[in-house]
Amino acid sequence: MSEPHAETGTPAPRRRRLNRKLAPWLFLAPGALMFLIYVLIPIVESMWISFFQWDGLSAKTWVGLSNYLELLDDDAFYTSLKNNVIWLVLYMLAIPFGLFIALFLNQTVRGIRIYKSLFFFPFVISQVVVGLIFSWFYAPGFGLFFELTKWLDGTGIAILANPNTVTYGIIAAGLWPQIAYCMILYLTGLNAVAPDQIEAARLDGAKGIKMLWYVVLPQLRPATFIAVVVTVIGALRSFDLVSIMTDGGPFGSSRVLSYYMYEQALSEYGYRMGYGAAIAVVLFAIMMIFISGFIWKMWRDERGL
Amino acid sequence: MNILKTTALVALMGSIAIPAMAEQRVLKLFTDASDPAPKAAFEQLVKGFEAENPDVKVEVNTFDHEGYKTAIRNFLTADSPDLANWYAGNRMAPFVNAGQFTDVSDVWEENGLKDSLGSALKSMTIDGKQWGVPYTYYQWGIYYNKDLYKKAGVDVPKTWDEFISNCKKFKEMGVDCLTTGTKALWPAAGIFDYLDLRTNGYDFHMKLTGGEIPWTDDRVRAVFAEWKKVLPYTTKNVAAIDWQDAVSNIVQGKAANYVMGNFAVATFKDGGMTNDTLGFMDFPTINPDIPRAEEAPTDTIHIPAGAKNKEDAKKFLAYVAKADVQTKMNETLGQLPINKNSSVGDDPFLQAGFKILSTADGGIAQFFDRDAPAQMAKAGMEGFQEFMAYPDHLDAILDRLEKVRQRVYKN
Repeated sequence: MSEPHAETGTPAPRRRRLNRKLAPWLFLAPGALMFLIYVLIPIVESMWISFFQWDGLSAKTWVGLSNYLELLDDDAFYTSLKNNVIWLVLYMLAIPFGLFIALFLNQTVRGIRIYKSLFFFPFVISQVVVGLIFSWFYAPGFGLFFELTKWLDGTGIAILANPNTVTYGIIAAGLWPQIAYCMILYLTGLNAVAPDQIEAARLDGAKGIKMLWYVVLPQLRPATFIAVVVTVIGALRSFDLVSIMTDGGPFGSSRVLSYYMYEQALSEYGYRMGYGAAIAVVLFAIMMIFISGFIWKMWRDERGL
Repeated sequence: MNILKTTALVALMGSIAIPAMAEQRVLKLFTDASDPAPKAAFEQLVKGFEAENPDVKVEVNTFDHEGYKTAIRNFLTADSPDLANWYAGNRMAPFVNAGQFTDVSDVWEENGLKDSLGSALKSMTIDGKQWGVPYTYYQWGIYYNKDLYKKAGVDVPKTWDEFISNCKKFKEMGVDCLTTGTKALWPAAGIFDYLDLRTNGYDFHMKLTGGEIPWTDDRVRAVFAEWKKVLPYTTKNVAAIDWQDAVSNIVQGKAANYVMGNFAVATFKDGGMTNDTLGFMDFPTINPDIPRAEEAPTDTIHIPAGAKNKEDAKKFLAYVAKADVQTKMNETLGQLPINKNSSVGDDPFLQAGFKILSTADGGIAQFFDRDAPAQMAKAGMEGFQEFMAYPDHLDAILDRLEKVRQRVYKN
């Protein structure tokens, strides 16, 4: 079909073909450029800095792998790593809770929208505010939670002053908005559940848990996937709540990797850029495991379609 | 439209005005004096200097107090002002060592500051040179609730043993003898500093914060042994309490004593305390053979290495060092002047502070996080916080601090 054109030497189709190849890249260019400048280059730079000893002011000194060797012998690093794992595991609770609330709210009752927005509310307010509210809630002396436990056991439990409970206290605060987030994802997903399949399943006698497990959940798979992705990433980059509620304390027991990195590199008592960068590289490596897993799954799904 | 016109007009006027003011030299001052009192004090200072030097115009750029600590690292290397606020002691060491501050020994020499600012000379000197001029400090000590002392029928203690025996009385009343709030870590360091200054003295404390003495030393253990005596009478869960919340423990009569700096007086008074109900005492004696040392963090002004107008900046430093200037400035600040020829306002807490600081023959420490380098300070203060909650972790804490010491002071 294109042969005659080619013979007459009209460049139009070739240009069109060229355009078709070029256009996506042109559209991608601004984003790709931003990504390069603000994401990729800083990643490489951080890796490079992690081989230096540098206070941000004087000249950098090459120290090779010694920042990483120091990490291996650093209790605070292991505390942060352990807390990151606890965060990762417990943060996952947001998904079943979110699903449960979404199922509960997915009814046609008068004023349901008001209830939905009330449940969504914690996700709208800033993490800083969430952190403050929960610190007051836990505060020894006047916090509601503290007074409640004082009424129960006589002395009161100061969650944020105890190294064994502090991380769980912060995660509980973090779950509050995260559950709301997962709930919204599932509410949207529930809109897309095919009513005829529900109807058919009902005719076959499915109900309750079985209906949920075999009919509804499979249709919610895309929502679940997104919920897992945002929750894993949310757990790994947890920083603001730790900073607001405890500053990593008491005595560093609620640190997570991102907060420890900030402490070492940028806080008042830190300015060890190299060491902070080394922590960042470790965190990045952990995140890469998950992110490449997700990307691999998405790629596989898309090819399957 | 209007805005556009105005901007254009302003720009036009600016372009005419600048050449006309060419003879007037500009001095850029960056400061963290963002709270009301320091801000007023700096405005006053600048006005006074400009009146004395009509050919110099001081441009003040005020930063938020906490943000300044980050900002200074950026503006020193990028776009230096002619003058910048900072702190004495080890806090200025990184900037001095990185060549970011100007040597101002000549200002000290020409104006006889080594005599008039003598008490701060040590903390302003690195490598035998002076790197800035101090303008204010304030005392630390114990603030207490006078009503509770009356109710318990005890006297203000002179020795640590008396203090502990008072604590028993307070405990019977259901009152915490000592309170603090260590969420931000540093209040715990105030207690440690005083216990060490009273147990081992100034020179030992300076060597310890300077990294010359191992944390596992028996003399360090002795400090914690003294601390342990007061732990049963200390407020619980201090690790989750802000220092201001601990102030309300004193105000509400839930606690009797609080080791704090003089800046807390304003907070006590906001809470409703007066000169009749709030008391101040010097930290009690532990070892009577040791000359009394005190703690008084010093605020300073420096000339960055990249300053464009060093001539006038040095004039400014000489002006800040003057006795009458420091008197006036510290009246506004509600703090103490460094210049020994200055006078202090009639505030009873400042009078008491002036008295104990000017007679401290042991020496004047800055504060744990200004005497020790940043990383050591952080690890140390975390250790103190942990010790207050778990005194039996002491061995592990000291081993950890020793590990940090060996790394931090290596270079």
